[in-house]
Amino acid sequence: MSAPGEFSVTTRQLNLWYGRFQALKEVSVSIRHGLVTSLIGPSGCGKTTLLRCFNRVNERYGNVTTTGEIKILGKNIYDADVSLIELRKCVGMVFQRPNPLPISVYENVLFGLRIHHESGSFPKAQADAIVEQALREVNLWEDLKDQLQARATTLQLEQQQKLCIARLLPLKPEVILMDEPCSALDAKATHRIEELVMGLQERYTFVVVTHNMAQARRISQECIFMLLGEVIEHSATKDLFLHPRQERTSEYIEGRYG
Amino acid sequence: MTFGETKLGRKKRRNEAIAKVVFLGMALSMILPLVLIVGYLFHQAWPILSLDFLTAMPRRGMRDGGIWPALLGTFYLVTISLVIATPIGVAAAIYLNEYSRDNWFTRLIHLAVVNLAGVPSIVHALFGLGAFVMFAHLGRSILAASLTLAIMTLPVIIASTKEALASVPMAFREACWSVGATRWQTIRGIVLPNSISGILTGIILQVSRAAGETAPIMFTGAVFYKAIPEGRLFAYGLFDQCMALSMHLFTISTQVPEVPPALPFGTAVVLVMTVLLVNAASIALRAWLRSRKKW
Repeated sequence: MSAPGEFSVTTRQLNLWYGRFQALKEVSVSIRHGLVTSLIGPSGCGKTTLLRCFNRVNERYGNVTTTGEIKILGKNIYDADVSLIELRKCVGMVFQRPNPLPISVYENVLFGLRIHHESGSFPKAQADAIVEQALREVNLWEDLKDQLQARATTLQLEQQQKLCIARLLPLKPEVILMDEPCSALDAKATHRIEELVMGLQERYTFVVVTHNMAQARRISQECIFMLLGEVIEHSATKDLFLHPRQERTSEYIEGRYG
Repeated sequence: MTFGETKLGRKKRRNEAIAKVVFLGMALSMILPLVLIVGYLFHQAWPILSLDFLTAMPRRGMRDGGIWPALLGTFYLVTISLVIATPIGVAAAIYLNEYSRDNWFTRLIHLAVVNLAGVPSIVHALFGLGAFVMFAHLGRSILAASLTLAIMTLPVIIASTKEALASVPMAFREACWSVGATRWQTIRGIVLPNSISGILTGIILQVSRAAGETAPIMFTGAVFYKAIPEGRLFAYGLFDQCMALSMHLFTISTQVPEVPPALPFGTAVVLVMTVLLVNAASIALRAWLRSRKKW
């Protein structure tokens, strides 16, 4: 087997219930470091739930029970000594609908850093440099350098989504979770977000939930297929689509359900 | 094809016109009472309205003079009651909307809030008399009356604040949490700045309610007559009794014989215009704050 450092996220026998409904059943996956891993499956199969486990944001939504283990960088995130704040700095999340905060572009990028530091601990020059670097990484700097004080909620959707990615970067996350990051965007914007993810992938581990199988093929090296709360198949993306090992996987990718 | 109108079409068009007129009439009839009330009040009160009416003491056993002690008393009662009710109400609403989960305990709090809002004001008055005047030994005083008004306005402030908080999109909270913000950082940084207009509107609307109530202050701190120096803003102390507009209106309309009619009408005009002005101010404030936020 491979060395532990190879995996950013591993789960063992992860079960999750919303009230009495079991949304995840005995999920054991190992997500490789520095790759894009996509989560696919029909609606309600638990892929978003699984994603939301990785930064423990599920727990904010009421009646959730979890058993099993999730290790991020080798540490079980359900251990008592894990701080949710530190966990979420390390595991960032991008949502389906771009959700920049209703403050300026500049402050959006710095928001994460500001809440983790005493107020006034950034000299202006340092803050400027951080904003510029984060926006350059998501290819927004040229577009927005003259409107850093513009309200982020007035940007185009594509720019908003890129900004949501940029907002995570100053915290130096290890893992970036994406929940259908392109479903609110048009084809061109989708293409540019995908390029962005592929450009950033070596430095971060991406886990991307998608409904769009073509997108999973384009951007991910590994792919996890889920059905009714269970992981059916996890393999290299090209193998999963060309030579699925499971009957149910091939039925799904051929479009017989979904 | 001529697209000419059929017989049925003509009938439909006529019904449409009738319906529109009826609905418009009903909508217009809503303003009519307000216009009539305000107009009638002004008409009756006209001879007495002057700045002097606002700033003079009542004279000749309240059959002459102004309403200064009542005006100032109402100002004291409303201000102090809101100073007490606002922090408690806003904090409670923040807990209910941002922190609490849906369980039997929070449902109990909701039930208490709803029921407290439905308690008649005379019952609040008796509660205030028992709890603040007698049990807490505050005596019949501005403080006891303000506390009673605060208890009365509290549930509505909680409800309106909660509604304002709930109108902030969940996506903003998720964005904050996903970079590791605590709930309090989320509330202070994002939720409150974006709901402040709604919160303020709800609070300001309670000004008019607190100013208009008579029953809760009648047993707890308001009096028929109290002599204070004319034109001085700090004429009342916290433990003094005071006059109030609503109470004064009741007194001079029903308890004192041979009051010239312009006097109660003048008092009513001041009360109604205060309420209208406060409401208008809250609408203006909300419009201004809304224009500054966009998402």
